[in-house]
Amino acid sequence: MARFSTAAVVAALLVFLPGAPQAQAQASDTAAQIQEYRDALADGNPAELWDARGEVMWKEARGPKKVSLAQCDLGMGAGVVKNAYAHLPRYFADTGRVMDLETRLIHCMTTLQGISDADAHKILFGGPGKRSDVEALAAYVTSQSQGAVMDVSLADPHVRRMYALGEKIFFYRGGSHDFACATCHGEENKRIRLQDLPDLTTKSGAQKAYTTWPAYRVSQGELRTMQWRLNDCFRQQRFPDLVFGSPASIALTTYLAYNANGAVYAGPGLKR
Amino acid sequence: MPDPMKIRANQLGDATEVKVLMSHEMETGQRKDAQGKVIPAWFIQSVDVTCAGKTVLTAQWGTAVSKNPFLSFRFKGGNKGDKVVITWVDNRGEKRTDEATVA
Amino acid sequence: MKYVSKGTLAFAVAALAIAGCATTRDDASLHADTVAMLKASFKPQGQARMDRLDQDETQRVCSDYFGKPLPASVTSRVEQSNLESIKWPADGAYLGDWKAGEKIAQEGRGKQYSDDPKGPVGGNCYACHQLSPKEISYGTIGPSLYRFGKLRGYTDATRKYAYGKVYNADAYFSCSNMPRFGTHGILTEKQIKDVVALLMDPASPVNQ
Repeated sequence: MARFSTAAVVAALLVFLPGAPQAQAQASDTAAQIQEYRDALADGNPAELWDARGEVMWKEARGPKKVSLAQCDLGMGAGVVKNAYAHLPRYFADTGRVMDLETRLIHCMTTLQGISDADAHKILFGGPGKRSDVEALAAYVTSQSQGAVMDVSLADPHVRRMYALGEKIFFYRGGSHDFACATCHGEENKRIRLQDLPDLTTKSGAQKAYTTWPAYRVSQGELRTMQWRLNDCFRQQRFPDLVFGSPASIALTTYLAYNANGAVYAGPGLKR
Repeated sequence: MPDPMKIRANQLGDATEVKVLMSHEMETGQRKDAQGKVIPAWFIQSVDVTCAGKTVLTAQWGTAVSKNPFLSFRFKGGNKGDKVVITWVDNRGEKRTDEATVA
Repeated sequence: MKYVSKGTLAFAVAALAIAGCATTRDDASLHADTVAMLKASFKPQGQARMDRLDQDETQRVCSDYFGKPLPASVTSRVEQSNLESIKWPADGAYLGDWKAGEKIAQEGRGKQYSDDPKGPVGGNCYACHQLSPKEISYGTIGPSLYRFGKLRGYTDATRKYAYGKVYNADAYFSCSNMPRFGTHGILTEKQIKDVVALLMDPASPVNQ
């Protein structure tokens, strides 16, 4: 599935720098060059294609009930999309649970448009020849939050509970490899192979990471959301399959999103 | 019906800059699926751009161009309000045409 | 890809209905709720079954103390029990083939639900460590192992230590981030010997 990944280009860039181990100055030159390369790529982010498709989908009358998502309440009132992502996850009284963007979108698709649960969940992660409606809608909704300040509230006790459980899960070591999220994301200035790892236990780390998802993943050739990111982390942690929209996924998203509070949402992003 | 392109066209001094994001799989024909079967090549072969009816760029692409290609170029001339029309044709004969106005 | 079942939703609602604002990591009821939430949020896939969520004592203790300094009693208990669990090679030899060791260090597959159970299993050492200077694509989660043998001396005691460390890192450093490759049956005895050779063979690129 790999295409021209950032790692491959970085490796190519590094070949032109003299000898290992790298000196401090060379390391920061490399980092600056990588950032220059990323900035150049950001103009023309393929995520815009998903955003455009999602916007059409939001406004289109779909499903057995043939209605648009104009009445979909993402937490700020029916049909209010602007800045909604900056306040998710949140507690929704109509479902009696804390929901993230993806679960809320599916809720609107099934309740407002009459799309069956099975159909709404049929293609969650797109691939060659198959498109995910949730990914397109997520790209649209999050693009409408670009520039908003992350502000997830813990005022509701349900959300507080999810935060506490999310934190526990973050530090939960398990699987055949004794990995927890914190194994890779619990310390500053670490990287796995050549991929820098944000320290998600710190405010700055969580802010940098959370505000750039969903993102177009070049190596996937697809726009991916937090639900995908969490599932793919657990896969590499040698855990079983994280169920889409599961309580653990919401708890972790709550933990990360709240930790990112105060940062300007910059998505949809572009990643290797 | 292929997905629409996202086009931006802006006047920059005596030149016009066009940026276009195209939605296309750009399959090289070198990859194999999970069953080991070759995924057939499927890629944009030609790109044509006109501005106010005059051709300003033609391109012949091959499999080295990545999925969801982004093309950015400048040409001399072009005025605000001119219509920029972009057409791509792929190796299956599928095509897509979109337009934008120079801002 | 299955979605959230009604049963799972019922659990989620029940969990949320539990009153209380316990937020300390070592709270017993919060731990129990965490385990219950995990069990309701994952499904078995490929070779990754639900038993992957069951913690052994080391995993449980290390989760509780993550980011916090370990009391000496906890440290010694974790290291002691892990040291006792190491299965040393019957022939008392620790050095395998460094060329095979390098392949194991480069191999990132093994034990994921997406991996073929009959496919290659590696240590993925370069994910976290620098090893051979020829490999520039290395991680920094763990310390550099460049010149591992050269710096420590090519002794039998060091070879044994290297073997034990790869087999069970917690035996030497409680709550290490490093997977317990032997204890969890990730790498075979032969593979661990090959990794030891990568670290300890004077001819290995690691020691050049």
